[in-house]
Amino acid sequence: MTQQPQHTKTKRYGMVIDLDKCTGCGACMVACYAENNVPFKQDETDKLLSLNWLRVMKIDNGKQFPETEICYIPMPCMQCDGEHMQGHSPCVSVCPAVATDYDYPTGIVSQIYTRCFGCRYCMAACPYHARKFNWWDPKWPADMKNYLNPDVSARMRGVVEKCSFCFHRYQKARDKAYVEGRKELGEQDYQTACAQACPAGAITFGDLKNPDHQVYRLSRDKNAFRLLERLNTNPKVYYTSTKDWVHRSADNYLEGESPEQVRKARKAAATH
Amino acid sequence: MTTPAIPEGVERCPTRQFAVWLAVVGVVLLWGVYAMFLIWYKGLNQTGMNDAYGFALWIWADLAVIALGGGAFFSGFLAYIIGKKELKSIINYAVIIGFICYSSALLILALDIGQPLRGWFIFWHANVHSMLTEVAFCLSCYFAVLTIEFIPLVLENPKLNRIPFLHHLSHNLHEVMAVFAATGVFLSFFHQGSLGGVAGVLYGRPFAYREGLLIWPWTFFLFTWSAAAVGPCFTMLVTWITEKVTKKKLVRPETYQLLAKISGWMLLTYIIAKIADTWYWAAVTAPSKGFALMDFYSNNPIYGIWILIAELVICGVVPALILVSQKGRQNKNLLVTAAVLAVLGICINRWVMVLQVMAAPLLPFQDWYMYMPTWQEVATTILPVAYGLILISLAYRYLPVFPHEKELNPGR
Repeated sequence: MTQQPQHTKTKRYGMVIDLDKCTGCGACMVACYAENNVPFKQDETDKLLSLNWLRVMKIDNGKQFPETEICYIPMPCMQCDGEHMQGHSPCVSVCPAVATDYDYPTGIVSQIYTRCFGCRYCMAACPYHARKFNWWDPKWPADMKNYLNPDVSARMRGVVEKCSFCFHRYQKARDKAYVEGRKELGEQDYQTACAQACPAGAITFGDLKNPDHQVYRLSRDKNAFRLLERLNTNPKVYYTSTKDWVHRSADNYLEGESPEQVRKARKAAATH
Repeated sequence: MTTPAIPEGVERCPTRQFAVWLAVVGVVLLWGVYAMFLIWYKGLNQTGMNDAYGFALWIWADLAVIALGGGAFFSGFLAYIIGKKELKSIINYAVIIGFICYSSALLILALDIGQPLRGWFIFWHANVHSMLTEVAFCLSCYFAVLTIEFIPLVLENPKLNRIPFLHHLSHNLHEVMAVFAATGVFLSFFHQGSLGGVAGVLYGRPFAYREGLLIWPWTFFLFTWSAAAVGPCFTMLVTWITEKVTKKKLVRPETYQLLAKISGWMLLTYIIAKIADTWYWAAVTAPSKGFALMDFYSNNPIYGIWILIAELVICGVVPALILVSQKGRQNKNLLVTAAVLAVLGICINRWVMVLQVMAAPLLPFQDWYMYMPTWQEVATTILPVAYGLILISLAYRYLPVFPHEKELNPGR
């Protein structure tokens, strides 16, 4: 966890996913598989053994037809800022070999596959199950090898992997900007594969600190929330929904508590 | 005239009987070795683990054997640092049991990592913020200390002891053993604690997470304390089983009594602290994250409130009360029952802090995750038991493990 250089203008890349727009089509997952060389098996029935950097969860309001409502929740790595927003994400602080690290200039949590020795402590620490283990060596159908993304290294058996917010795209965008003599990246210069693939435009990506980026406004919307906020992991993936039951499904509440009430109490505690 | 390999003045079973016993246990050992080979060759897909169960049976076994092996450091502390001479009768055996437990833990850890050849990264690229780093360093160092503590005993084998250099080496190592015992206590305090910290620092897992003192969660102290309390119980239990199998008295009664008394008071204070910790967690920590106590003990086929009662009351308060009372300690049946309960209690505690942490759902729309180990996991978990039995058998036969065996069995 190296501290940021003082002269760098830090970013806080994040995502806002509009759950009212998400249709659960899975295009984001497919794009992620293709972009990041995520391997797959012939039999993917056991989802707890599937490798995926982005899962689309399906939840409902628990009511009978005709009042049934469905919501799909795309879940990439939440890129947590950690308690006290200091980069001590649940996974980063526990990794014994610094195989996962918090990048202060971008706020992105990295995973170094060649450093990871597969202890899986990070998986135990992550409350979002965003981290996946390579239980098998990847096997690509013969022709597919030709379509692997050369910018992303393939992973071997016995290591953990996870969503990187397509960090290789950030690196490419930085290189391009450097060649063109620019110091800052524009909003569209760096976009994740899932955000670009979403046909409903439900996923918005950008710098949460930059008022010129859409995510700045969307993440501050009154309908915006994050998953398991009460754990103080401070994720950088936000969701928006106009439905109360969806808000309630995003965190745990004691009997008699409401999301609004807890949110106000947390805000008051933070201000205090 | 050749020197016999068996220590002078003690009786051992015929070689043939011993060989048959070793062969039987050896078959179990080979079964475990075969499973170990499969896991190293084919990978962790040979286990029942999955992305929800990154930690499972092996990590539980690790935590349990390290807690049970705590008898070595705590007995060493009492015998060499505090000066409890009565414990000299059992200290060799405590060291052997500790050695078996810690070598088993290291073997299991080597199995449990996805890339075993990169195991050294934990030392080379150490993250000082990680509890697991502290575990790895202290565990390895303490295993080295245990080896040094074990060596003089090995050198006391009659055949080895004939060699002047080895005889003097053994003697000199005995002389400085207090230094190693002190080092062992220091290292044990940290790695037992760090193992508690492994679960306690997981602030994304409300079932495991605990507040604490500075950087150490309360589980850090509770794990050290419980290992010091229950480790000696396990040493007593194994000694008692050895006495039953060999049909001999091996340890003086006052040794049992003293160890049981100290263990009892440690266990009683531990269980009071553990109940206080559980109460605070259930009343303050978990509710602050949106969880009620019963959220962790309902809606699943295994983890009911019974497990909490079993750990704290049946396997905590009950053995503690037996061991602190003189009448309880002096009744051999009660003493053994208390030791068995205490050992079970610590195994339940370690199970809960590993497996139930993984099982409990975090998001309201998730279900409990259940896990079933494969035969490969079971075989490799039984492997250390077979290895331990073989090492104990060899040590008992060829080394003067129990210094008072001769005087306690005069007719034999």
